[in-house]
This record gives sequence, C-alpha cells and structure tokens, in this order.
Amino acid sequence: MGAIRLEKVKKSFGTLDVIPGVDLDINDGEFVVFVGPSGCGKSTLLRLIAGLEDVTDGKILIDGTDVANEAPAKRGLSMVFQSYALYPHMTVYNNIAFGLKMAGESKDVIDQKVQSAAKILNLTDYLERRPGALSGGQRQRVAIGRAIVRNPAAFLFDEPLSNLDAALRVNMRLEITGLHQELKTTMIYVTHDQVEAMTMADKIVVLQAGRVEQVGKPMDLYNNPANKFVAGFIGSPKMNFLGGELAAKHNCHEIGIRPEHLTVSTESGVIAATVKIAEHLGAETYLHVEADGLGPMTVRATGEMPLGEHDKIFLTPEQDRIHRFDAHGLALGPS
Amino acid sequence: MENKQSPLGYISFSIFAWIVGLLIFFPIFWMVLTSFKTELEAVSIPPSFISFDWTLENYAEVQERSNYFKFAMNSIILAVGSTLVGLVFAVTCAWAMAFNPTKRTKDALLWMLSTKMMPPVGVLVPIYLVFRDWGLLDTRFGLIMVLFLINLPIMVWMLYTYFKEIPTDILEAARMDGATLPKEIIFVLLPMAVPGIASTMLLNVILAWNEAFWTLNLTTSDAAPLTAFIASYSSPEGLFWAKLSAASTLAVAPILVIGWFSQKQLVRGLTFGAVK
Repeated sequence: MGAIRLEKVKKSFGTLDVIPGVDLDINDGEFVVFVGPSGCGKSTLLRLIAGLEDVTDGKILIDGTDVANEAPAKRGLSMVFQSYALYPHMTVYNNIAFGLKMAGESKDVIDQKVQSAAKILNLTDYLERRPGALSGGQRQRVAIGRAIVRNPAAFLFDEPLSNLDAALRVNMRLEITGLHQELKTTMIYVTHDQVEAMTMADKIVVLQAGRVEQVGKPMDLYNNPANKFVAGFIGSPKMNFLGGELAAKHNCHEIGIRPEHLTVSTESGVIAATVKIAEHLGAETYLHVEADGLGPMTVRATGEMPLGEHDKIFLTPEQDRIHRFDAHGLALGPS
Repeated sequence: MENKQSPLGYISFSIFAWIVGLLIFFPIFWMVLTSFKTELEAVSIPPSFISFDWTLENYAEVQERSNYFKFAMNSIILAVGSTLVGLVFAVTCAWAMAFNPTKRTKDALLWMLSTKMMPPVGVLVPIYLVFRDWGLLDTRFGLIMVLFLINLPIMVWMLYTYFKEIPTDILEAARMDGATLPKEIIFVLLPMAVPGIASTMLLNVILAWNEAFWTLNLTTSDAAPLTAFIASYSSPEGLFWAKLSAASTLAVAPILVIGWFSQKQLVRGLTFGAVK
C-alpha cells in the first residue's frame, strides 16, 4: 500500500516560506509527477515527504498514519537521487544490499533480493563492479535497484534523468514507466521537464513558488489549464498569449492559443504575420513570426513548409481551442 | 601543449627550489652527521664534513645512560592516544559542521582556530594547577588529554574541509536506506573520507610527537616522551653536542621515516579543498 496525503504541509527557512501550505492526495499505485520551474519548491516538497527535511507545520499521512515527525527510514519510502548518490566505496551488490543490511535481513534473503533486482534491471553482470566503473545509465539503474529491494510503500524520484544524455533519457523514461507498470507501486517523480511529466504521469502536480497551481491528468492540464501559468508551462513550444482587440472579441482580458492550434495560410486568415525564423524539423516546422499589432508568436505546423524569413503569412486559430483568461490570469472557460 | 615558461626561468626556479630545500634539510643533516662524531670533533673549528672518525659510541652511551625505548614508548602512546581520542571528537564535530551548518558555523570554526593563536605559556599556570590538584602530573592520561585538546582545532578543520567535499546526497541516501547516525558515519562517511582521515591522523601524530612545551612542563619521568629525552642532554654540566645529536636523531628518526613514506598523502591532505 502507498497512499500519501499531505495536509497543509508548510516549510519555512527562517522567515522565508518556501512551501506556504500544500494539500495533496496521492492514491495507491499512482504515478504522480511534480513539475514546475527551478526553485518552485518541488524538490523541497519531495524531501519533506521523504523526511530529509522537517516540516514546519502540517501532516504527511502514509496509509493513514502521520509520519511528519518520523525518521526517513521509518516511512517505508525509497528515493532515487539526481546525482545517483551511490556509495562509491561499495560494489554494485553492496550498494543494492545496503538498505537490507541496515534492516538486519539474513544473508540468504539479501542475496535473493539483490539477485532478483539485478535481473529486472539487467545488472547481473555488473554486481562486482564499483559505481565508478559504470556508465551513467547503469549507475541510475543501480540507484533504482537500491530503491526496489526495500519493497517500499512508494518510490520518490528527484529529477533522476537530468544527468543523462538525451538518447539515454528517453530510454530510461520508458524503463521507469515499464517498472511502474510491473511493480504497480506509488511513484512520485520530480522534474522540470514537462515532456517527462506529460509522458510518464497518471497525475501531474504543477507547482509555482511553493503553491500547487493545478493537479490533474496530463491531457486535462493540456486541454483545460486552470490559469495562465499552467497554460504556459504545459506544452512545447509555449502557448501564445494575445491581448487587445482579439481578446475583447472573446470577452476576456487575454486569449491563449497553442502553436499547434494555428492554421497557416499564405492567402487569408484572421492574423497577418511575418516570418522571422523558420525551424524545419522534417516532421514539423516551427515558425517564429511577428504578428501585425500583436507581437511575436510561435506556430507549429505539420510537415514541411517552404517558408523563410520575411514571408507574409496568415494564421487562423482553431475556434474551439482558444483559452480565455481574466485580468488575474485565471481561466474563464469556453465562450 | 605549449610550455609558457622559458627554459632559463625553469632552470633558475629549480635551482632556487633546491637551495631552499637544502637550507631546510641542512640542520637535520648536520645533526645526523654530528651524532657520528666524537665529542671533540663535534666542537672542532673548522668543522669536519666527512673526513672524521665515524663512531657509534654516542648511540651506545645514550642508550646506556637513559632508556631510549621507555621514552619512545611514551611518545608512541601519547601521539597515537591523543590522535585516536581527537579523532572521535573531531569526526563528530566536523560532521555536524559540514552537513548541518548553521549561520554561526564559520564563526565557531574561526574561534576554534583562534585558540591555536594564543601562546600556550599563557595557560601554563592554570593547567599546571589543575594537573597538580587532580594528580595528573607526569601521567600519560593527563598528557593525552592536553595534546588532544591543543590539536583538536586542526583536526576539526582538516576533517571539515574533507567532509565538505562529500556530496550530502550520499549521506541522505544512507538515511533513506535506514542507516542510523552512527552507522551512516561508520559505513558511509568514514570509508569515503579515508584519505582525509589518514592525513589528519598523520599530521596529528607528527604534531603530538614533536610537541615539547607541554610534555616538558607536565612530565618528569614516568610519562616523559622523547622530547624530554632530548632535553635531558642539554644539562647544566655542559653541552655534549655529539650525544645530544645522537639523542635527537633517535627521537626524530621514527617520525621522519613515517613522514617520508607518507608525504604524498600528507601534501594531499594539507592542500585538499584548495584546488577542486
């Protein structure tokens, strides 16, 4: 079991409130991603759950028991660190076995658990090596192995892929998702990469300045962002925000249109624009344009587009994909 | 890679370094040389370099007159004992300062170091009185305590700079793995800091071995280490250069040998953290 509930969890460093008070429900077996810009408090929140930081106020309930004042090890959670945090002086085997040894397990039990974790993670051939002799991906797998053997109520991942190169990151992303499907254990995953958040999560928690901006399924956040911050943070390239007359026409302060929800034409359309930079990726084309009277916009068009600098184009937003926001940046719902 | 230094500059720097090195080494060399001379040759002017009658009689006489091994054993017990006691306190202290710092940690460190700047003679009387009243005079235990306390700031500083280089993540991982604080320190922190701890211990052994002020003032015979052994040869009846040299050579030889074999470790320890 691994249901986690945060009640008014607060963290202050001196007079600075890093987390002013967070309420959150994480169901057993869920894959939850905390996402937000650097310094938004997502790692701090994870460390509060882990017990590596003390809460200033509030409750952390794991399966109904308040663990806010318990030592990290007593919470039954495992953590995978960004830096892997392997014990450099121990072999892979001993790295994975360390937690079991601390728990006082017998040699046979330790061996059996380490071997089975090594099998799942393809580490069987490397058990006698030291972490220094492993590649980045292998080190990350050892860190995960160390987490698995303890059979935790939940896994905590603190930006585990940010030290890996791009290709490896995609692989490890799939491996972690696969692991979740296999183990069906609760996982809390912290990242600043919204692609990781969108692809891995059952539920995304968007944080800004220590506050939860929105909680929801990836596609809910994409389709119905609660405010401008979430709208701008989820989706790449970023949503275009337009004010002025166009917004007034929709009875709101500002409208938001995602780059992929704009149709490009060279003949006619709602917004006239001039291409500044065209990025040709093959499968799609990113156009960075200057819209007449509206400022810079980004367009994501499918396929190849024979367009370049100074070309005049017209853009038409898909009507049912327009997001409306009030003066405070809150979403208003469809007009 | 292009060598920015001109050959001439390189050579002159090398010569300069050799001169400095030889100047530092010369007194030790002269001491060893003198210890093999007769008392007469030791004071002869001009001094003879190699062409004298090499003799071992000073060493034989020194051993005969006073029991070298008793003093040496005291030196070993004091140096090793104060280092081990110091290590227990310094490791825990440096752990707290490196991994749980507060706003005042740096101040505390500086304050600790500032106690080293005070001349020891300033506290001689109070410490002497405490030793006298508690019956600690001329005891190994008392001296171990004094040596451990005077070197503690240096041990804490060295270990602190070492521990600072160890990623906190790894200790936190150990905590998540269920290690209690003592286990976290023993199984994770210390094995990673072995080079730092080795050089800290080494330096402390050398400092304690060579410490002469307290060992001379607080001992008479039972707990007297090699420093007292040397001092006993500069007696009021007149100086015996050759015997004094033989005694000094015997006293510094062990630590010189240890220092020679571990110089790499020692240099690394002293410059650790200076260059990342």
